[in-house]
Amino acid sequence: MSRAVGLHLGVIAALLALQFVLPAYHHGVLARVMVMAVFAMGYNVMFGYTGLLSLGHAMFFAAGMYGMGLAMKQWDVPLVPAFLLGIAAAFLLALVVGVLALRTAGVAFMIVTLMFSQSLFLAILHFGAITRGDEGFALARSLRQVAGLDLAAPATRYFAAWGLFSVVLLGTLALVRSRRGRVLVAIRENEERTRMLGYDVWRHKLMAVVVSGTICGAAGAAYGVLFGYVGASFSQVPYSIFPLLWVLLGGAGTVIGPFVGTLFMFYLIDLSSGLTDAYMLVVGVALVLLTLFLPRGLMGSLRDRGMKWLP
Amino acid sequence: MDFGPHLLLAMLEGLVQASVLTLTALGLSLVFGVMRVVNVAHGEFFMLGAVLAWWITFLVGGPPALAFIVALLVAPLLVGTIAAAADWLVLRRIDYDPERTIVATIGLLYIIQQLTLMSYGPDARPVAPPFNTRLALPWFEFGSGGVQIYWPWGLSITSYKLFVIFAALLTGLALWAVMARSRLGLILRATQQDRETAQAFGVPVERVYALVFGLGAALAALGATLVVPIQQAHYLMGGDPLLLSFIVVIIGGLGSLRGTVVAAILIGMSDGIISVFFSPTLAKMLATLLVAMVLVFRPQGLFGSKPA
Repeated sequence: MSRAVGLHLGVIAALLALQFVLPAYHHGVLARVMVMAVFAMGYNVMFGYTGLLSLGHAMFFAAGMYGMGLAMKQWDVPLVPAFLLGIAAAFLLALVVGVLALRTAGVAFMIVTLMFSQSLFLAILHFGAITRGDEGFALARSLRQVAGLDLAAPATRYFAAWGLFSVVLLGTLALVRSRRGRVLVAIRENEERTRMLGYDVWRHKLMAVVVSGTICGAAGAAYGVLFGYVGASFSQVPYSIFPLLWVLLGGAGTVIGPFVGTLFMFYLIDLSSGLTDAYMLVVGVALVLLTLFLPRGLMGSLRDRGMKWLP
Repeated sequence: MDFGPHLLLAMLEGLVQASVLTLTALGLSLVFGVMRVVNVAHGEFFMLGAVLAWWITFLVGGPPALAFIVALLVAPLLVGTIAAAADWLVLRRIDYDPERTIVATIGLLYIIQQLTLMSYGPDARPVAPPFNTRLALPWFEFGSGGVQIYWPWGLSITSYKLFVIFAALLTGLALWAVMARSRLGLILRATQQDRETAQAFGVPVERVYALVFGLGAALAALGATLVVPIQQAHYLMGGDPLLLSFIVVIIGGLGSLRGTVVAAILIGMSDGIISVFFSPTLAKMLATLLVAMVLVFRPQGLFGSKPA
């Protein structure tokens, strides 16, 4: 077992152990952080490894969340198939958006993804009769049961979040260590040269968008199930910015970075909320300081300073 | 009101919106054209202009016309200075890398927005217009007795709205004169065409960038100052101008000032007209999707010549 695999298994084991010792408040925060870290890990596949900066990932999160929530609320689909439907919705959306948006590059790509995401938000508002618009809707506790387990209870919720987190963490680790993953990195480093070496750049990029969108959809669906709320705010611009921030903070292009960034940012906002209600100020300052002084993030800087094996 | 007068009214309202949008979008287009960076905080400079205009009229007091003139001069200047400082402190240090600039300006967006929330508060506040005479407009009808002229109830425009249109026109012409006829414009165009060669010819590129960034923000602030007597100042008002300016700059062709003006008038007018007759959410959604599609299938914009 290599150091890299050991480190990630160690993180997973530590999070499992923390379940039994954390006080109630931090227990709840960590469950939320793990789900959001899945969102960030999905974002990282595109941004960190393939070099595609999207400003519209809220749409995938929201597609997963609404796919799951509407299936349960409108058509009385049971939880597990509804969850899968949410993921399928995000997968389809990512496929369509990928095919269209990948015709552009650079700044145009960012703006196109931003606009597709904004259109989804406006569509959610427009079809308010079904989606309940701005207000969103809650999922009753009775709906959030699976195989006799109550997903609204703190302990099962933590386990469910941990399970999803572990699967995605090991999945992205396997992806970036695979041949396909290496091609993604090659595209990030030099697209022309990768094409010249005979790789189908467009197909690999599309794969990255679809994998990324699907993971983010899973995060959205899980968030809806575990915390019982589906709302339009999750499809708005800040939720496209958050994963970017978390990934940048933790270290783009590192497997563990998104989790570190999410954890760090959650507690930073938590601590600052004692000082001010305007928590987005902390987000703004963090973004500016990161681009200025720590462009490679926490884990990226560690990798630069000796931990070369960090995937 | 009949359809005809109603349409004329919608077009006049659209023209006022288009004027403000032209100024805001010109600012964004100028920054993109010369510096090749996208300023995501542009909408917040717009908002800052509106909020500062409120502060200034509040502090100056006296007759509304005097306070408003002071605001019209000072607010864009202040916003421009703030933007130039932000450029000098942040963007210059990351060497105008396109992606990092976007992230940094997103950061600026939230900093400006939240600082405004903390100081100015969550309320929307109006600024008194300097003059506001209601001017009734005539309408023609072809009846049995030939052409008739009458004055439909409700068909009117205020003198202030006419002033907004006029001021935007004047600013646009002044900007064109500077860009096309002055030495400063020459320097700006040189920097736009080739940064390195311009530098080799002694153009202080870094200072030019700070100036352009400030000028772009000042144009947005000017548009906002003009609009506060019609629309109130609020800390979240920057979102719509940002999105609309993006749309305008893309449709007009990235970096083309002439295209920006044409697109701003087109989009401002149609936005005004559509939102009078249709649900605004649906209109916005379709417009956003349409623009995304334009960018996907025609990345150089409708009027741009070179691929972006």
